[in-house]
Amino acid sequence: MLQGHQSWIFKSKPVIIGSAAIGGPFEAQGNLAKDFDLLHGDIWLGQDSYEQAEKKFLEQACETAIKKAGLKKEDVQFFLSGDLINQIIPSSFTARTLAVPFLGIYGACSSSIEGLSLASMIVDSGFAQNALVGTSSHNAASEKQYRYPTEYGAQKPPTAQWTVTGAGAAVVAQQGQGPRVVSATIGRVIDMGLSDPFNMGAAMAPAAVDTIEAHFRDLNIDPSHYDLIATGDLGKVGHRIAGDLLTKHGLNIPVEKLTDCGILMYKEDQPVFAGGSGCACVATTTFGHLLNRMRRRELKRMLIIATGALLSPMSYQQKETIPCVAHAVAIEV
Amino acid sequence: MSSIKRKNLTPVQQQYQDFARAREPQRPIIRNCIRAFITGGTICTLGQGIQLFFMTYFNFDEKTAGDPTVAVLILISVTLTSLGLYDHIAQWGGAGSAVPVTGFANTIASASLDHKSEGLVLGVGGNMFKIAGPVIVFGVFSAFIVAIISVIITSLGGV
Amino acid sequence: MEKFVWAFIIGGMICVIGQLLMDGLKLTPAHTMVTLVVSGAILGGFGLYDDLIKFAGAGASVPISSFGNQLVKGALQEAQKTGLVGVLTGIFKITSAGISAAIIFGFLSALIFKPKG
Repeated sequence: MLQGHQSWIFKSKPVIIGSAAIGGPFEAQGNLAKDFDLLHGDIWLGQDSYEQAEKKFLEQACETAIKKAGLKKEDVQFFLSGDLINQIIPSSFTARTLAVPFLGIYGACSSSIEGLSLASMIVDSGFAQNALVGTSSHNAASEKQYRYPTEYGAQKPPTAQWTVTGAGAAVVAQQGQGPRVVSATIGRVIDMGLSDPFNMGAAMAPAAVDTIEAHFRDLNIDPSHYDLIATGDLGKVGHRIAGDLLTKHGLNIPVEKLTDCGILMYKEDQPVFAGGSGCACVATTTFGHLLNRMRRRELKRMLIIATGALLSPMSYQQKETIPCVAHAVAIEV
Repeated sequence: MSSIKRKNLTPVQQQYQDFARAREPQRPIIRNCIRAFITGGTICTLGQGIQLFFMTYFNFDEKTAGDPTVAVLILISVTLTSLGLYDHIAQWGGAGSAVPVTGFANTIASASLDHKSEGLVLGVGGNMFKIAGPVIVFGVFSAFIVAIISVIITSLGGV
Repeated sequence: MEKFVWAFIIGGMICVIGQLLMDGLKLTPAHTMVTLVVSGAILGGFGLYDDLIKFAGAGASVPISSFGNQLVKGALQEAQKTGLVGVLTGIFKITSAGISAAIIFGFLSALIFKPKG
């Protein structure tokens, strides 16, 4: 049901009946290691290329989520997935393996929440009994495509972020036990004229703020409604900017409530500059750690705002700025 | 560069960029320059030593020792790149490792390694000069212009 | 011995110029190297870069700016012998070792190694 200008309320409250998070070696050394279903010791997974390895991560996340949902591949009705690689090939090739009707989507690092919103909308409206959402990212594949060859000695500034190597997936269904998706807010594309691909946090923060404000405005609630409000991958820099921007706009979110998956993911001593990023950042944190906290009843209501930077290597070379988008989903238990 | 971009920004965008810049960690320019100085100086000193080695043991003179010196430095750089070490040195050393010819070799080796998965011809061959290409293109073109100007000036009885 | 000290200092200073271009002017590494190469070519055209090499040895011949100088020298030397067409035929004469070594060793590394990611 449409609520306000750009939000949806899911009357039937679709259930997340199974979710999974797969990670790589850096994530294994991170803060959330315990909430990953599987952690790999290298980023290759026995494949010949980074891109093929990323596909393997996504396949594992999807298969694990389906298993934990108590389903078989044949029971899954729709698969929504996106990632950062050109033409979203990890998603398409995973869809080939799963043989589930496929809807490829792209929201850069916001893909997982874009997918979760759409999946919930499809299930809530009766157009499916269940739907699988997945997303992945791979540090080496992203560096190779968006920035420099992985062994190239380019010095990264302190505002840079570390793309998470991993994948997250969740099965949304009409019936079952588990945390429920109750609403979603679709974000507008916001561009504040920033163009530094090594400073995504500052570029994405305005989009996150815009969507957060839209969510509270559309649903006519305030931050006290939620136990946790987590952005996807603003990192330390973007998180600080977003917090200050929200305060400046009169929306006061207490500092213990506003967090960011890119900050949660890694430990202080890991060389990740401003924090984690990539589609898998918000996906593995949400579908692993945060949903686990909900299942333990540590959180009752949370709002996840995944942010995405919609640039391409070519747009940057053509002197374009970085437009960003943020999508929000509210989950409660 | 940045001032040209700022002229096309709306007041809201300009305001936000100032807001964001005040909340960003600044690049530690002084620290980076010191590290670049040390790293670059070390690599050049190493080059000087290699040059001396070739002059002493191999009958090269000051003019001709440059070639094998550069070749050895390139070999060292490619090896460190292949072992996954050069990018860590570069994160510390910055321009100190990018500016010497070792940096040039690192661009070629790193691009070759990453694109190995696309095959030797299109992958390695087609992508090797991803970052080094501009250096060669602009080096050659500027040398061409400079040389032409120089030849014309000399033939006019000039400088 | 003195040569080593100057090699360190001048080489270090050229790298500091590069660092200022990257951090201060926010140029990419490729833009920075291009700037240095072109500067080397211009200084080479005035004959100044060779003076720097005489003074600082490897401190001037190892940085990428030396590449620009060598390209110009190759062109000018050949032009002296064969006239204006020498500018085209001579450009790569002196830098041949550097470029060839980079291509050959780079290709070999891709044959033998896998990137670490």
